[in-house]
Amino acid sequence: MGVLVDADTRVICQGFTGRQGTFHSEQAIAYGTRLVGGVTPGKGGQRHLERPVFDTVHDAVDATGADATMIYVPAAFAADAIMEAADAGIRVIVCITEGIPVLDMLRVRAALDAGAAVLIGPNCPGIITPGACKIGIMPGAIHSRGRVGIVSRSGTLTYEAVHQTTAVGLGQSTCIGIGGDPIHGLDFIACLDLFEQDPQTDAVLLVGEIGGDDEERAAAHIAAHISKPVVAYIAGVTAPAGKRMGHAGAIVSGGAGTAEGKYRALTAAGVTTVRSPADMGAAVVAAVAA
Amino acid sequence: MHLHEYQAKTLLAAHGVPVPQGRVADSADAAAAAADALGATGWVVKAQVHTGGRGKAGGVRRCASVAEVADAAQALIGTRLSTHQSGPAGLPVAQVLVEAATGVARELYLAALVDRAAGRVAFMASATGGMDIEAVAAESPERLLLTHVEPALGLLPWQARRLGYALGLDKAQVSALGGILQGLYQLLQGADATLVEINPLVLTEDGGLLALDAKVDLDDNALYRHADLAALRDPIQEDPRELAAATHQLSYIALDGDIGCMVNGAGLAMATMDLVQLHGGHPANFLDVGGGASAERVAEAFKLILSDGHVRAVLVNIFGGIVRCDLIAEGIIAAAREVALDVPLVVRLEGTRAAEGLALLADSGLALTTASSLTDAAQRAVAAAAGA
Repeated sequence: MGVLVDADTRVICQGFTGRQGTFHSEQAIAYGTRLVGGVTPGKGGQRHLERPVFDTVHDAVDATGADATMIYVPAAFAADAIMEAADAGIRVIVCITEGIPVLDMLRVRAALDAGAAVLIGPNCPGIITPGACKIGIMPGAIHSRGRVGIVSRSGTLTYEAVHQTTAVGLGQSTCIGIGGDPIHGLDFIACLDLFEQDPQTDAVLLVGEIGGDDEERAAAHIAAHISKPVVAYIAGVTAPAGKRMGHAGAIVSGGAGTAEGKYRALTAAGVTTVRSPADMGAAVVAAVAA
Repeated sequence: MHLHEYQAKTLLAAHGVPVPQGRVADSADAAAAAADALGATGWVVKAQVHTGGRGKAGGVRRCASVAEVADAAQALIGTRLSTHQSGPAGLPVAQVLVEAATGVARELYLAALVDRAAGRVAFMASATGGMDIEAVAAESPERLLLTHVEPALGLLPWQARRLGYALGLDKAQVSALGGILQGLYQLLQGADATLVEINPLVLTEDGGLLALDAKVDLDDNALYRHADLAALRDPIQEDPRELAAATHQLSYIALDGDIGCMVNGAGLAMATMDLVQLHGGHPANFLDVGGGASAERVAEAFKLILSDGHVRAVLVNIFGGIVRCDLIAEGIIAAAREVALDVPLVVRLEGTRAAEGLALLADSGLALTTASSLTDAAQRAVAAAAGA
């Protein structure tokens, strides 16, 4: 089980023959992901990594029945690639690309609102259901099949959460990196609902950071709709106001979006919060046992 | 990227938004000449710095004669202006904007911005202009007017009318506001701005609308398609270390502590700073060396961290994913030798080929401490900084 992607998910790669697309497609194939082909405009009809290359996503979907895509195209073309995938009927669109202009993402958001496609990212590590399907740049080897659903706005901090839940023996059902951009696809609330419905998931580990109010809205949703235990860590307690901390979306402005405000909202919603990123694994063990 | 007020006003004027008559000057003589050329009877001299709160900090001066304009410019140019927003160090004033003074009847607030929660461009307005809009939002949110734009439709005339009448404007002024709102929207779209703010938008004594102060923030990710706007960057308004970091594709932000941090990934970098503080220490910086951290980049990161004289220990926290820890270790060793590291170094490596990386560090002969866990790393760094 797990959520959104599993061993039956048929994945294509947009930006397939590029350096990033090639490297991460090789890694996905080695992990066991059912990668059925890829898209690079102008290279349709060729083969790459022993798989077919198509000029358009529509061609790739027609020929392979793909229902998921991972996007590694440059930032200037990534918004268009997302909208192409959505129009072609792709169910799960994972956009790894960092640095997409925010107004481009506003248009993407409006286009996706009208359809059924799920967007993960952009500027994210991707999604993995351990032992079944890896779509993204995360190192597969640190994951283990298990019971914790992880959702995070960060990359390497997600790996830290994965590492700890593997080390304590719980493993992961599915890990979703929703990305560090201000305008993104899937949010915490949607991921929490998916994990709530997933029989393999016993608990959710939510890894947030400063900026915006995604965590605050998630807290309200947890209080009303989520019965499984949720553990949360928020990065950026020490971040100064008005500074963008690496991620485009990680900024405290006008006193809103602070880590303390997010901790308050989550604690009030009954979420177990940890102040140290080193305590995530142990806190999930305690939450599952309670 | 921030723009100066005078740059923002030039863009606004080009989109049909009325702004005061004004000229930018970089010396007292130039300011006096500007005042002469404007031919007004009163002037305002405004320091051009990338921060708010200039008025209270003495960066905006009203002048009744050309001589006073020259004096005000002389007093501001070449100094640093410190406001409640800029912090005590302040920002350098290299230019002033000399404007004809305006008779103000009322002050309003108006902004177009990207509303991240709504995923739309929003217009915000308030009849309470001139003051800090965040204070209005916190204390009397009912006075904050908000309308969102559907990307496919653009800003519609009724949205402008609704805002205008709620602001207490008459029919002619509502019509003028409609033009200003369209100008803001076109500027935001055309320039890939994330914020276009007019605070205050004033109702003049003769009933017109005028953008008395203006702020434009541009989307750094979109500058590649706006070479003309990218050229407006004023590097002296930015932290020199942050600028140097950007040229090496490092993300660096100076803080006021004494433990230098080098981490891969923005989230883990923030978490590392938090962990240092949790164990009683004070981070000296945020530094993300990025996913593809090479030996060269690691060396540049060390130089940046050590260029801060307050640093008494360095904590390296790397979670190797696609990046191999043994390659990172080689980078650390080369960099530590190159920069003659003279403060304690604590290294935590985890993930891909971490054991090989730690072995390389142990065999290097460098005076560094390896940590067995995140917590251990933070505690060792805090102890090292305290004992150094």
